[in-house]
Amino acid sequence: MTDTTVKTAKEPQTGAITRFLRATEIDTRLLGMFGALLLIWLGFHLYPGMRDFVQAFWAAITGGGGSMGDAFAMLNPLTIWSKGSFLTAQNLWFLSVQSASIGIMATGMVLVIITRNIDLSVGAILGVTGMVMGLFQVEFLPQYLGLGHPMIWVLTVILGISVGASIGAFQGSLIAYRGIPSFIVTLGGLLIWRGFAFLSANGRTISPVDSTFQLLGGGPYGAVGAVGSYIVGAIAIAAILFLIWSGRQARKRHDFPLRPMWAEVTMAVLGCGLVVGAVMVVNGYPWPRGILRQQNLPEDTYVSHGFAIPVLIMVAVAIGMTILMNRTRFGRYVFAIGGNPEAAALSGINVKWMTLKIFALMGALAGLSAVIASARLNSATNALGLLDELYVIAAAVIGGTSLAGGVGTIYGAILGAYVMQSLKSGMVLIGFDTAVQQIVVGTVLVLAVYLDNVYRRRAK
Amino acid sequence: MTTNKGTPLVELRDISISFGGIKAVDHVTVDLYPGEVVGLLGHNGAGKSTLIKCLSGAYQADAGQILINGQPVEINNPRDARTHNIETIYQTLALADNLDAASNLFLGRELVSSTGFVDDSRMEAETRKIMARLNPNFRKFNVPVSALSGGQRQSVAIARAVYFNAKILIMDEPTAALGPHETQMVAELIEELKKQGLGIFLIEHDIHNVMKLCDRASVMKNGQLVGTVNVNEVTDEDILGMIILGKTPEKAA
Repeated sequence: MTDTTVKTAKEPQTGAITRFLRATEIDTRLLGMFGALLLIWLGFHLYPGMRDFVQAFWAAITGGGGSMGDAFAMLNPLTIWSKGSFLTAQNLWFLSVQSASIGIMATGMVLVIITRNIDLSVGAILGVTGMVMGLFQVEFLPQYLGLGHPMIWVLTVILGISVGASIGAFQGSLIAYRGIPSFIVTLGGLLIWRGFAFLSANGRTISPVDSTFQLLGGGPYGAVGAVGSYIVGAIAIAAILFLIWSGRQARKRHDFPLRPMWAEVTMAVLGCGLVVGAVMVVNGYPWPRGILRQQNLPEDTYVSHGFAIPVLIMVAVAIGMTILMNRTRFGRYVFAIGGNPEAAALSGINVKWMTLKIFALMGALAGLSAVIASARLNSATNALGLLDELYVIAAAVIGGTSLAGGVGTIYGAILGAYVMQSLKSGMVLIGFDTAVQQIVVGTVLVLAVYLDNVYRRRAK
Repeated sequence: MTTNKGTPLVELRDISISFGGIKAVDHVTVDLYPGEVVGLLGHNGAGKSTLIKCLSGAYQADAGQILINGQPVEINNPRDARTHNIETIYQTLALADNLDAASNLFLGRELVSSTGFVDDSRMEAETRKIMARLNPNFRKFNVPVSALSGGQRQSVAIARAVYFNAKILIMDEPTAALGPHETQMVAELIEELKKQGLGIFLIEHDIHNVMKLCDRASVMKNGQLVGTVNVNEVTDEDILGMIILGKTPEKAA
């Protein structure tokens, strides 16, 4: 498995490809990550068919039964493809939902790591805010508002994000103004907040959560349906076209060199193609029979899931964070602090205040992830988000965030989250046990960072 | 030669600053007039950089006063210094290596559009304008400054100081990392800025550059001021004597 995972699409480019990349200004690293993701997906999809072939082939030559012809018949591409269950609308839909919580936190981790810090406490913050929200919406609010009151989920989400942000701000203040290394503060936080998560309800599981709140975690009802997905897709396509157009206008206004027209068109087609593909996938996964029966619909009705709400939340966060990083002073200062903290301070940037704000933002995103994670489980437990910090950091790092500081992208972190989640759920799907999963994920993380180093050295 | 009448542009009066009991700057007074270049000289560790960092806002003096145009001012951080039109070119250049030239030039003072977002295109356009004046061969606008040569990095740092209409310029060994051609460019720039009426503090080790560029020279040794001389009234031997022996020549003021 490991050999098919990360970025093999890094051969030296020549001629047409180089020209194409230069004209379109596509980040080659982004392309590499997409390639790696596709390879992982294909690998998992083809694995069952290939395994069957190898088993039959082995049986044939060792005389365990079955003929050579039968074994080779299994090599029929259609047979192999049909045995796979990874590249199906259903699995990809679940993958998108499962990645949302890690993806959201990874966007915040990018900022933390760019400024040469680390946050080991995000999983524990997720756990404790999940518990706080669980108790708040199940045991506290209904006493005053009544069960199922429409304001319950709103107040709960606000509380969760505020608690996360407060915890983050507190940790950030220790790091920035008391000079305690972030590694230590958040390592302590990892234990402390997990402990509080247990104490908050003495280890009980709080369930079920508010029925509207539950929609934020996805599921058949927590998705926007076919029409909603078409609308989302249409907005996305309009946005892509507008961005390309306005970018071209800005270059014209300042007499900067323009991209060739064919490059602009290619970018537009690629971007819109991705959107159309995503819409087709999420609309290609219909409600299962059980849900149809619950809704008293005939069993042959085709109701699409459409984009799950947590996925839309993640996309909104990713867009928001990208704008924050690339178009605001805040983002510029984050990069500057990462590149040269001393120079940033000499330029009048309040580095300590920035550090506090970055950790508060990380905490708020952990709170938001807690909303999604607890809503998806329909319960709050003290183990919620256990080990998430490792997956979040791995996602950010696989996504190209440099632990040396100063470098990182939001889209990279999201892709990194998808890589991590694909590995996790892919291995579950083909029946690897947890021990093997851990070995593979660990190997991929180390390998990805190594390949990234090699790539960066060559790119220079 | 400057006549140095009237109010100085900057006066650092009786400045002291110590780190952990060691007096890095010990009751030093220097001043600077418009259109004048004052060299700050001394061995490594003599306290030149520390003194000047009190003016640029990187350090706060333990005692003493800073006057600008005769008015006492408080400079608690680099932002305060900038509001008094004090710009600094640090020896280390203080560039964020991962950002491009425009982002560095405007760092902390980004141009924003009416929507409040940073206006990268306008910043790049402005950067192109100022670089066309300072270093016409500069082309690398869209790469991180880590990819630039020493001279190119220096010109970004200089552009940052010049762009924002500095009245007081602090240059900490601006030519230390440069080749002869680029050193000449910096020398010409200093001449031009002088004509525009800026006051320049120049920290410099090369005695030849001091004789050529400075109007006055203040020499420090062990945190104390040895003396201030008019450069055209002394020889380079005299100045070297001040630096090495801490001895003021008789004819100097």
